[in-house]
Amino acid sequence: MSNSVTPAIDGGASVSREQAAGAAPALRTRALSLWYGARRALDAVDLDVPARRITALIGPSGCGKSSLLRCLNRLNDEIEGTRVEGEVRLGEADVYAPDAFVHELRRRVGIVFQRPNPFPLSVHDNVAYGLRLLGIRSRRELDERVEAALKAAALWDEVASRLDDGALGLSLGQQQRLVIARAIAVEPEVLMLDEPASALDPAATLRFEELLHELAGRYTLLLVTHNMQQAARVSDFTAFMHAGRLIEFGDTDALFTNPRERQTEDFITGRYG
Amino acid sequence: MDRLHLTQHISRQFNSEIEDVRRQVLAMGGIVEEQIAAAVRVLVAREAGALGEIREREQRINAAELAIDEQCAFILARRQPAASDLRLVLSVMKMLADLERIGDEAKRIARLGEHLLNEESGADVTAALAELGHVARDMLRGALDAFARLDEQLALDVMHRDRRLDGSFRSVSATLVARMQQVPEQIPVELDRLWCARSFERIGDRCKNLCEFVLYLVRGKDVRHSGLAKGDAPRG
Repeated sequence: MSNSVTPAIDGGASVSREQAAGAAPALRTRALSLWYGARRALDAVDLDVPARRITALIGPSGCGKSSLLRCLNRLNDEIEGTRVEGEVRLGEADVYAPDAFVHELRRRVGIVFQRPNPFPLSVHDNVAYGLRLLGIRSRRELDERVEAALKAAALWDEVASRLDDGALGLSLGQQQRLVIARAIAVEPEVLMLDEPASALDPAATLRFEELLHELAGRYTLLLVTHNMQQAARVSDFTAFMHAGRLIEFGDTDALFTNPRERQTEDFITGRYG
Repeated sequence: MDRLHLTQHISRQFNSEIEDVRRQVLAMGGIVEEQIAAAVRVLVAREAGALGEIREREQRINAAELAIDEQCAFILARRQPAASDLRLVLSVMKMLADLERIGDEAKRIARLGEHLLNEESGADVTAALAELGHVARDMLRGALDAFARLDEQLALDVMHRDRRLDGSFRSVSATLVARMQQVPEQIPVELDRLWCARSFERIGDRCKNLCEFVLYLVRGKDVRHSGLAKGDAPRG
């Protein structure tokens, strides 16, 4: 995928906006397994992602964190030879139902990657991109929603006077917040972030973490990070994965002071390996 | 013994920092234990010569408290410890305060003992005070052992011993009050003895605190103010 945010295409589907309106939008997996060819990347993962909270996914490289994210909005569909077993539910909707509408799913479950990768367009048009794909044509509505998204992503004050400038001229930290703005412009329910701050300097990282706190009240955030201090700082819940399995899931305070599983303890205290 | 695998980090430097803190706490505890023994010698064996070493030892205890506290701050800042490592650092920082206060109580006992150096009366009360001192010192040794071995059961045993020490304190207090009523001119002497008994009882309380931190370290659960669980009975 070249896009940092998978844009949405409107569609009436088994995963619809109406369905999500009433119920709390949380993701749930049951016995979720994933194979890349013969290699098993996920092994019977049962995970409930609490709504409108920040859940951190931690674990050593290759443990399946990113694979899990990619299963949740079916980005793995794009990879030849993948096979998924088990269940993923977004609210009540079955994400892998044969009639599930994948583009609508990806509008509802956005993803932001490690390297911010804005499109080579203006700041405004980056954020408006997904909105235009949703069929919004009114200049006024586009402007309003672009402004709201940039404000929510804590970027508006820095770019308000240069909305027509190229997005590639922004700093890395600004680009990452722009990518967030692009993701939330289409009003997703879940925002998945795969190592979103690892390319940022410490100050930009702290600003970014502050943004996550602000977004948490409105969106369900699922954060993959290699930085355990970051997981401890920003998340409400933490899931520890190892070798494709979910070893432990719990309240972040409890998991970082008194984990239940020895494997979790070894990993978070640097005794792993 | 390393039940919590405290020295099995990938970083050997971190292992040695953790090991160093534990070693320093035990060394400080050893000095505090000597301080109690010296205070008992002043009080019971009337060894006035021990007073100088007690003052010198107090400086060492204070210096150890500062040094270990600083080492803990470094570990927090540089390692951002989690789980059992974090609990170790937190426990140690709290244990330091109790150890230092135990040292203060011992010094107070020695100072009161100094008042009583030439007191002829009350050999039986002095023997009872000696027994309180013996139990208090034993509790400290037990608490330090429990910390060294991360031994929950030993910590629980020491905590239960505190109840016995409280009982002995009440009994010594009653004896002293009776003596004050019988011979009012001896009140200043008996008050000094009462303060000594009180300090031994306080040492017991602080040893119980030390054990609570050992339990927190080992179990990850804070047992302060919550009482012990049903299964937390002493041995035997």
